[in-house]
Amino acid sequence: MSTTTSFINVGERTNVTGSAKFKRLILEGDYEAALDVARQQVEAGAQIIDVNMDEAMLDSEQAMITFLNLIASEPDISRVPVMIDSSKWSVIEAGLKCLQGKGIVNSISLKEGEGPFLDQARKIRRYGAAVVVMAFDEEGQAETVERKVAICTRAYRLLTEQVGFPPEDIIFDPNIFAVATGIEEHNDYGVAFIEATRRIKAELPHALVSGGVSNISFSFRGNNPVREAMHSVFLYHAIKAGMDMGIVNAGQITIYSEIPPELRERVEDVILNRRPDATDRLLEIADKYKGEKGKAREEDLAWRQEPVEKRLAHALVKGITTYIVEDTEEARQKADKPLDVIEGPLMDGMNIVGDLFGSGQMFLPQVVKSARVMKQAVAHLLPYIEAEKARNKDNRPKGKILMATVKGDVHDIGKNIVGVVLQCNNFEVIDLGVMVPFETILSTAEAEKVDIIGLSGLITPSLDEMCTVAAEMERRGMTIPLLIGGATTSKVHTAVKIAPNYSGPTVHVLDASRAVGVAGALLSDTLREQFAEDIAAEYALVRARRQSNEKADRLLPIDEARARAFPIDWSAYTPPKPSFTGIKVLDDYPLDDLRDRIDWTPFFRTWELAGTYPRILDDEAVGESARSLFKDANEMLDRIIAEKWLTARAVIGFWPANAVGDDVELYTDDERREVLATCHFLRQQIDKREGRPDFCLADFVAPKNTGLADYLGGFAVTAGHGIEDKLAAFEAAHDDYNAILLKALADRLAEALAERLHERVRKEFWGYAPDEALSNEELIKEKYRGIRPAPGYPACPDHSEKPELFRLLDATENAGISLTDSFAMMPAASVSGYYFAHPDARYFGVGKIGRDQVADYARRRGVSVEQVERWLSSNLGYEP
Amino acid sequence: MNRDERLHRLPALLGERILVLDGAMGTAIQQYRLDEDGYRGARFADWRQDVKGNNDLLTLTRPDIIRDIHAAYLEAGADIIETNTFNATTISQADYGMEALVPDLNREAARLARAVADSFETPDRPRYVAGVLGPTNRTASLSPDVNNPGLRNITFDELVAAYAEATRALIEGGADLILIETIFDTLNAKAAIYAVLDVFDAIGVALPIMISGTITDASGRTLSGQTADAFWYSVAHANPLSIGLNCALGPKELRQHLVLLSKVADTHISAHPNAGLPNELGGYDLTPDDMAAHIAEWARAGLLNIVGGCCGTTPAHIRAIADAVANVPPRRVPDHVPALRLAGLDPFTTVTAT
Repeated sequence: MSTTTSFINVGERTNVTGSAKFKRLILEGDYEAALDVARQQVEAGAQIIDVNMDEAMLDSEQAMITFLNLIASEPDISRVPVMIDSSKWSVIEAGLKCLQGKGIVNSISLKEGEGPFLDQARKIRRYGAAVVVMAFDEEGQAETVERKVAICTRAYRLLTEQVGFPPEDIIFDPNIFAVATGIEEHNDYGVAFIEATRRIKAELPHALVSGGVSNISFSFRGNNPVREAMHSVFLYHAIKAGMDMGIVNAGQITIYSEIPPELRERVEDVILNRRPDATDRLLEIADKYKGEKGKAREEDLAWRQEPVEKRLAHALVKGITTYIVEDTEEARQKADKPLDVIEGPLMDGMNIVGDLFGSGQMFLPQVVKSARVMKQAVAHLLPYIEAEKARNKDNRPKGKILMATVKGDVHDIGKNIVGVVLQCNNFEVIDLGVMVPFETILSTAEAEKVDIIGLSGLITPSLDEMCTVAAEMERRGMTIPLLIGGATTSKVHTAVKIAPNYSGPTVHVLDASRAVGVAGALLSDTLREQFAEDIAAEYALVRARRQSNEKADRLLPIDEARARAFPIDWSAYTPPKPSFTGIKVLDDYPLDDLRDRIDWTPFFRTWELAGTYPRILDDEAVGESARSLFKDANEMLDRIIAEKWLTARAVIGFWPANAVGDDVELYTDDERREVLATCHFLRQQIDKREGRPDFCLADFVAPKNTGLADYLGGFAVTAGHGIEDKLAAFEAAHDDYNAILLKALADRLAEALAERLHERVRKEFWGYAPDEALSNEELIKEKYRGIRPAPGYPACPDHSEKPELFRLLDATENAGISLTDSFAMMPAASVSGYYFAHPDARYFGVGKIGRDQVADYARRRGVSVEQVERWLSSNLGYEP
Repeated sequence: MNRDERLHRLPALLGERILVLDGAMGTAIQQYRLDEDGYRGARFADWRQDVKGNNDLLTLTRPDIIRDIHAAYLEAGADIIETNTFNATTISQADYGMEALVPDLNREAARLARAVADSFETPDRPRYVAGVLGPTNRTASLSPDVNNPGLRNITFDELVAAYAEATRALIEGGADLILIETIFDTLNAKAAIYAVLDVFDAIGVALPIMISGTITDASGRTLSGQTADAFWYSVAHANPLSIGLNCALGPKELRQHLVLLSKVADTHISAHPNAGLPNELGGYDLTPDDMAAHIAEWARAGLLNIVGGCCGTTPAHIRAIADAVANVPPRRVPDHVPALRLAGLDPFTTVTAT
C-alpha cells in the first residue's frame, strides 16, 4: 500500500535517548518487549520508525544490528521504512548493512568539515538510503534563521553537485530547540525553525524539512498535557510553513482545534514569541492542565476475552508470544492430555496460518513468526508430555527419524510441525534444519543409524533435489524408508519422479497428521512389509494412470458439441404459460414463512463442520459443536424474526422466450416479434461417451423454429437488508462469532426465500405443478420439475450475464440489490437466477471450453475475446 | 565491435525495439543428464567432494555444452546472453569446496560467452553478454533458525566481498553488462550493488547494471517480504539500465507485478518468466507459442523493454518470443516527479506514482 500524505510521522519511542522505557528494555536485553514498543508505534500510525541506540552503557553498534535484524522478522513493523538515528557514523553504517528497504540516515552534518561529510554522503548513497542533514557546521549548531538557511544551502550544493545525491532524498533538520526556558534568547527558537523551514522549502527545490518535535517543550517535562499542546501548536504552524516530517509520538498528537482555547492561546504566544511575558503566562496556567492525563494508549486486547482456543489461534496468526505460555498452560489444564493441546487448538491455529499463507494473505516472515509462537507453546508442553510418557513407562523411542529441508530451500514450517508431532508420539527426531546438502543428510543418516529419512521442501526446484537424494540413497545401497513432504510435493510426483530412483520404500506424506501413522507402519515389524508393498502397488498404479491419462479431457469443436445438444422432442410438448408475463415484486417477504425452508447443511459447512443435517447433530466427531452452533443459530433466528433485524425482498419475472442456437431470446410480448433481451449460455465441450449429450441451458427452451410459445423466468431475492447495522454493532463489540453467525443466517434465509419462491413459481405463478407436495428434504434434493440456475454458477458460469438479468427485473429498484464492478450482489445475502420449466431441465457444469466457443461467445455478446477470457478464466480449456 | 562501441549503441537500440534476453541455462544443462563423472571431467576427476549439480563448473569441464547453449539462444534471436555464473561466488561454491575457482569460473564464463556472441555479432546487430551475479544460497535479512529470528548466517560485508570478486572477473572476461538476478532477498542485492559500484570505482569502468527480482508466490512479495514497488525503491540508487522480474512465476502470474513495476520505475523494464508454473512433476508446461502469446500481449500493453525466459524455457521459446516482440515498439521510460520514495516491506512515498 503506498501512502500519500502531507505530513510524515516518524515514530520516536524506539530511541534510548528519548524513551526511558525503551532504554531499560534494551539495557536488560528484553528485545521481545522492545519489539512491542516498535509495533505499538506502527499501530499508532508511525509511517517511519526512528531507531536510536546511542547510550554509553551499550555496545551501540551491536544493539542497532540486533534490533534491526529482529525488526526484519516482524512484518507488522518492518513494513514501514526505518530511520537509523545515531551521532556515531559506525553505528549508522552498521545499521545500513541490515536494511533491505530504503531507509533514512539521521543524521550527518558539516560539524567535522566537508571531507567527512562528503565521504559519509557518498556511502549513504551507495547503501541506498535518504539522509537527514542537521543545520550544524564547523562553527556549531545554527540558532538563527540566517545561519540555518546558510548551512542547509551549503550542504545542498555539496550533496547535489559533488555527490550526485538526488535532492528529493535530502531532508534538512534545522534544529528545534526548547523554548520557554526562562532565557530570553531562547524565546525565538520556535519562530526561527518555522521561518527557516519556509525559506528552505522555497529556495532548495525538492528537499524536505524534518525535526525532533519534542525538544520544543523540554522545559515542561512532567506536564504532558501542556507538552502535547505545545507540540500540536508548533506542528500546526511549522507544517503550514512546509515542514514535511517530524519525529513525534504518533499516538499522542492532540488535535490543534481541540486544545482548550485558553491553553492554546498561551501556548501559541510562546511558540510564536508573540509577547515578552508569554512564558510566565503559560506557567501560570500550566499546573491547571497537569492533572488531565494524556490519553493512555492501549494495544487492542479484545482478543484476550476470547476462549483459550481462539486466543491461541490469534497468537499464532498474529505471531504474538507475549501470552503464549499462560494460554498454553490454561489449555493444558483444560485438556485430558498435554498432547491434545498440540493436536487440537495449536494445530487448528497453524491450519489457519497455512490457509492464509496459501491464499496470499500472509507472507513468509509472518508465517515464520507463527512458527516461533508454536515452538514456544510446544516448549512449554514438552516437559508435561515427557512426564506423562515416563508415567506410562513407554520410554523406548519408537524409532529414529532424520528430517531435513533439502538443499536450496529454506522452508521448514511444515517440517518442524511434523517433527513436533513425531516427537510427541515418541519418535526420536534428528532435525538437520534447512538447505541441507544430500551428502550431509545421508552421512548423518548412516552415522546415526536412523530408521527413516524425511525430506521437506516448498519451492519446486526442491522436487528435483529430492530425486537426487533418492538416487544417492540407492547408490549407497540404503534400504531405509524415505518420506516426502511439503507444499509442492504430491503423491503423483513422488510416485512418478522420486520413487523410481530408489528401491527402498518411498512414501509421500500429505500432512502432519498422517506422519505418525506412516512412520508407525514403516517401523512396525508386523506391518512394514505389507504397508510398503501396498504403497509400491499404489504408486505403480499412479504411474500407469498418469501415462494413459495424458490424452484425457479432450474438447470437441463447438460445432460437434452443438450437434450433441440435449435432444427434446418438441413436437410432443406444450410449454405451460405463466399466470402473468413481466415482473412481480414481493416486498418485505415474511421471514416466518422461510424458516422451515432453510437448508442447514451448507450452514454447517460454512463453519467447517462436515456432515449432512440433521445427522450432523448426532455426529460422533462434530455433533457437539454442531448442536451448540445450531442452538445459537436458532436463538438468533428467533430474534431476527421477532425483532425484524432483516428485511427480505424479491422480484420475479416471466417473458416469452425461444432458443436461437445457444442463446435464448426474450420478447416484449406474445407476438414474439420484438426482442427484449438475449440471454447467452455456454455449452459443454467435453468429449463424452457416445450418446451422452453436451448440455447447454438453451437446450431446455423451445427453439424459435418450432413455433412453440415457450417462456423463461428470472428472479432476484435478498434477505440482507438491515444487516449492516447489526454487523457493525457486533463488530464494535468484537463479537466476530455473532457477526459471522448473522451473515451465515442471512445467506441461508436468502437461499430459503429463493427455494420458497421457486415452489410458488411452480405451484402458482408459472403454475405447471399446482399439486406438488414435497417435503423440505425432497425440495433440497431438487426432486421438483424445472431448475433455477444462477449466473456465475456451473451451468452458466458467466457472472457478467447478471447485469442483463438485473435490468430485466429492475432488481435494484424492486429488491434493493445492486451489482459491484465484478458482478457481486450487494447485500451479500442475495440470490438471482433463471427459471426453466421443462421437465427434463437439469443442473450440470459447463466445465472446460475451447477457443472456438470463446470466440463465438465473444461475438454473440459483442465484447472482445480477451474480456471473455478474463470473465471465464477458470473455464478455459487452454492457456489464453 | 569492442565493448565501448557496443555499449554506445545500446541506448539507441533500446529506443528502437524490445531487446531479447536468452532463456534458461540450468534446465538446458539438465537435458544433458550428466552424471558425477560428467561434471568432474578430467581436471577434477579426483576432487574430494561430489560436484554433480555444480552447473557453473561446466564452463571449465564441458565448455562445449555451455557454448552450444549460448549459440542456440543467439541463433534463436537473443540480443543479450547471460554468463553461466549463477552460483559462481565463494558463498555458493563453498558447497563444493571450490571457492578458490571463483575468479576462473567468472572470467572463463564471460570469455566463453563473449566468444560465442562475437561469432554471431554483425555491424548491424550487436550481441551483448550480461555477467550474472546470482542470489547466493544465503539470505542477509532472513534467519536460518525460526527460534532465533535475529540470527544471520551471512553478513552484508561477506556478500560484498564475494560479489566484488565475481564482478571483477566477469569484467576481466569481457562482460558488457552486469545482471544482478533472481533476487529473493533485497539486502543481498543491495550488497551486490555496493560491490559492483565499488569495483567500477576501483577499475575506472562503469558498465550498465541490470537488476531482476523474484516474486516467490501468491503473496505477491519477494521471499524477504517486499512488494515489487518496495523492491524498486530499495535498489533504484544503482541507477540501473533496467529493473525487472524473473523466475518463480509464469507469465500469467507475473503480469500484475510487472504492471506495477512498469508504473513506478523510471528506467527500462525487463522480464524473464518461467515457462508457466511448475506442474506437479516439477516440469514446465507452457509451449513456446503459449508463452509468446502472453509476452506479445505484454509488449502491446507497453510493459516491456527487455524480455527473455527463465526456468523451463528453451531456444524455441526464445525464438517465439523474439518473433512476438519484433515489431512492437518498446515501453517508453516515464519521467517521474521528484519525490521522497522509501521502502520497508511496503513502499512509502510522498506522492502517488504517475
